Formats: sequence, C-alpha cells, structure tokens
Amino acid sequence: MMISFNLKRAFRVWQRNFTVYTKLYLSSLALNFVEPILYLAAMGLGLGIFIKEINGVPYVNFIAPGIIASSSMFATIYECTYGTYVRMTFQKTFDAILATPINIDDLIAGELMWGATKSVLYGTIIMIVISAFQLVNSSLIVLAIPLLFISGLIFAEISMIFVSIVPGIDSFNYFYTLLMTPMFLFSGIFFPLDSLPPIVAKIAFFMPLYHLVNICRSFALGHVNAAVQDIIWFGVVVILLAPFPFRRMRKRIMK
Amino acid sequence: MNIVSAKALTKDYGSFRAVDAIDFEIVRGEVFGFLGPNGAGKTTVMRVIYCFMPPSSGDVRVFDIDVTQDLAKIKAKIGVMPQEDNLDPDLNVLENLIVYARYFDIPRRDALHSASELLEFVELDGKAKAKIEDLSGGMKRKLVLARALINKPALLILDEPTTGLDPHSRHSVWDKLNQLKEKDTTLVLSTHYMEEAEKLCDRVAIMDRGKVVTIDAPSSLMRIHGGSLEDVYLKLTGAALITP
Repeated sequence: MMISFNLKRAFRVWQRNFTVYTKLYLSSLALNFVEPILYLAAMGLGLGIFIKEINGVPYVNFIAPGIIASSSMFATIYECTYGTYVRMTFQKTFDAILATPINIDDLIAGELMWGATKSVLYGTIIMIVISAFQLVNSSLIVLAIPLLFISGLIFAEISMIFVSIVPGIDSFNYFYTLLMTPMFLFSGIFFPLDSLPPIVAKIAFFMPLYHLVNICRSFALGHVNAAVQDIIWFGVVVILLAPFPFRRMRKRIMK
Repeated sequence: MNIVSAKALTKDYGSFRAVDAIDFEIVRGEVFGFLGPNGAGKTTVMRVIYCFMPPSSGDVRVFDIDVTQDLAKIKAKIGVMPQEDNLDPDLNVLENLIVYARYFDIPRRDALHSASELLEFVELDGKAKAKIEDLSGGMKRKLVLARALINKPALLILDEPTTGLDPHSRHSVWDKLNQLKEKDTTLVLSTHYMEEAEKLCDRVAIMDRGKVVTIDAPSSLMRIHGGSLEDVYLKLTGAALITP
C-alpha cells in the first residue's frame, strides 16, 4: 500500500484547522493550560512536601518535564480523536474537502500534521511556564521542541486509527480510560518506574509517552545523551505506524 | 466533446451492487439529469464522477481523464453541490468561501473578489459575516451553490439541489442554474422533482435499482411513452413494487 500525499494540499487542510483554531484559541488555550498547572501545583507542591527529591532532583522539578510531555500528548489526542471525529461525521467537513483537489491521503496527512502542531504548541507553552517558575535546570530543553512534533505525529496516528474503527463518539471513553489514563500514570511522570516490578518498565517501553517523558526530563537536566534510545524509538515508530491511519481512514471515509 | 463518459460503470458496497454496468455520456454545455427512486444509484454515480470514490469496475472519464488516475486535476475543474449542506460550521459565510478557495489554490485576493461576486449572485451579500447556523435552509443551499462555483467550474454536479426548499427558494435556485447554463457550464443533477427535470434538463437518465432504464430528452420521452414526465417515470421505474 502506497501513501501518496501532496505536501501543499495537505497544508491546505492544516491551514483550515489553523484558521478555525485562531478564531477560538483563547478559550481552548486557557483550558489546556489550567489542567497541567493544577497537576504541577497539586502533585509538585502537595506531594513535594513529603517527597523531598527523586534521584537527587527536587520533586517538583522531577515532574515538571513530564507535564510538558503529558500536556502535549493530550492536546494532540483530543484534537485527533474528538476533533477529527466531529469533522468527519457530524460536520461532514471531510466530504466537503474531498470534493476539491484535496485527495484522501492529503486530508489525512493534513490532519496528522495539525495534530502534531498542537503537540508542539501546547508542549512549548508549558515549557515556557515551568521555565518561568525555574523548574528546568538546562536550556537544552528547547531541543525537545522538534521532538514534540514527532511524538505528536505518533499520538495523532494512534488517535486516527481509533477514529477509523470506533462505531460512535462514545467509544472514545475506552480509548481514554483503558489506554491514555494508564499511560499517563505509568510513564514515569510522577515516579520512576524502576521502583515497580520490572514488567511495568517492559510494558512502558511500548508506550510513546514513556519515551517522551524520558526525553523531556533528560533535556531539562541537560543530559541529552541519556535520551538517544528514546529518540531512535520515535523515529522507528512514527514510520511503522504511518500506513495504518491512511489505510483505515480510506476504508472508513470512502467505504 | 464529451465532458463525462462512462462505460460499464459498476459500484459495489460489499456484496450489494449499487450501480450495475451502466453506460452514459454527458456532452459539453448540456444539463443532464439523473432521475430514479431512492436507492437507484444516482448519488453513487455522481460521487464517482466527482472522484469521491473510485468505481469498482468500468471505465469512467471526466474531461477525458480516467477517474482513478489524476483525481486532483479533474476535481480542480468541478463544482459540487452535495445532497447534504456540508458547510463548515466553524467558519462564517465569507470564510466558508475563502477557505474553500484555498483548497483550489486560488490566491486570496482573487478569492475575495470571486466570493463577493458569488454572494451577490446568490443574494447573500448582506450575510458575509453571518454564522452558518443562523442561515435559513434556502440560504444554506444557495451558499453551497456559491461555494461550488468558487473555482469557476466547467462541470457542476448538483445532487438534489432543491430538496427541502420552499417554492420561492426553489425557483431562485432554478433561476441561478439557468444563468449558469447560459454561460456554457455543463450541469449534472439528480432530482425527485419532475418539474425540475423538465424545466432544466436537456436529457435525463432514468435509473432503477442500479441500472439505466433509458436516456433521452424529457420531451421525446413524453412523446414516446405518452403522458407527463411523471407518468413516464412511474411507468419505467419501481418494477420491484409491482413484480415480486
């Protein structure tokens, strides 16, 4: 199976979502911004009184880079599950777009790129905020920004695969409860996984968020080399997953 | 010159054959109508023409290009008014046209110019900033028509353009379509209204259960079979209702 999209036409789809986003960004930006800060305050400050430090890092500094990772992930998956699903089914936006020179692969590529863009956008905003609170030790954290695009593509791919198979919008509850919430809790954001039975770390190896947390934390501490494995993991997985959203969405949309 | 030519066009949905090896040709400048009961395959045929989905088999050419080959090139010259009003509810009236124009790579300045002309053409020039949800059914339909014209299409495909409209809005849409016809746009439409077919169409294809029963001018159909176009339609379709 070949994926054949035209970058310019995919960009037109990206641009449509961007145009809509710039009309509504104030409300959605605020919402996406409040939640991570609440986590940081509740866990970092609340729990931080009892847990002074982990691996020599103050507790709030330990979790802060993980919050960059999780907010970027949630921004992408909300967009590429609920957002994409609503555009596809209720609004019939995809049907309208496909009557223009935009082809199905252009459309899917554009949606994936938009999802990845949200990962960069929200990850970067949280990065700025936690840096302002001086919770980041190294300015090397900025190197994580391009990697947020790759991780965003992976989360977008996974979300779109779900969009292509769910019978209705309520089914996303399974996706969030059974997949995203466990991943959020067991990807090493709040505690190191090596304190748990080894099976947990083995499962976590297959979770993209686990690698993104490693990357953000390593970069925040200035240890870029510690994240090389995770970066390679991203490069491999983003390509391995790519055919599935295209193949499944073609079937779903064109029947 | 044929704008559309279809030979043995067949479309299956799983084990259901929606369109069964039909042949037809649509000539430049004509208004061609597909008539037939619900489920006859009209929408499927039109979707194949505007490259929304490929045929299961058969040879379909639009502007002499195979619909399974260069889709983008065909779609660049087509305007589509689908059965459902799939306007973008996240955008206002004018933005709907401008964003749509971007899909065709139309520069912003040209798009703004065409958009204001088209809004005037469909009598929505006072509504540029209105939300889609605040438009009436007739206004939405006319905005969909305006959107279909943003790329100055050589072929306009209209799937039940006036279904659900009040008589005033229906006549208003007919009036617009007649103006387009005079400007040499080829029109392909499907309809359940025999009056619409008689008023607008040079030729009609009457479809029933995935097959084309006949293709002819409404006037010659009425001459051959006798009665009104509706009588002809009732005589030629719905065989399933009579014979078990």
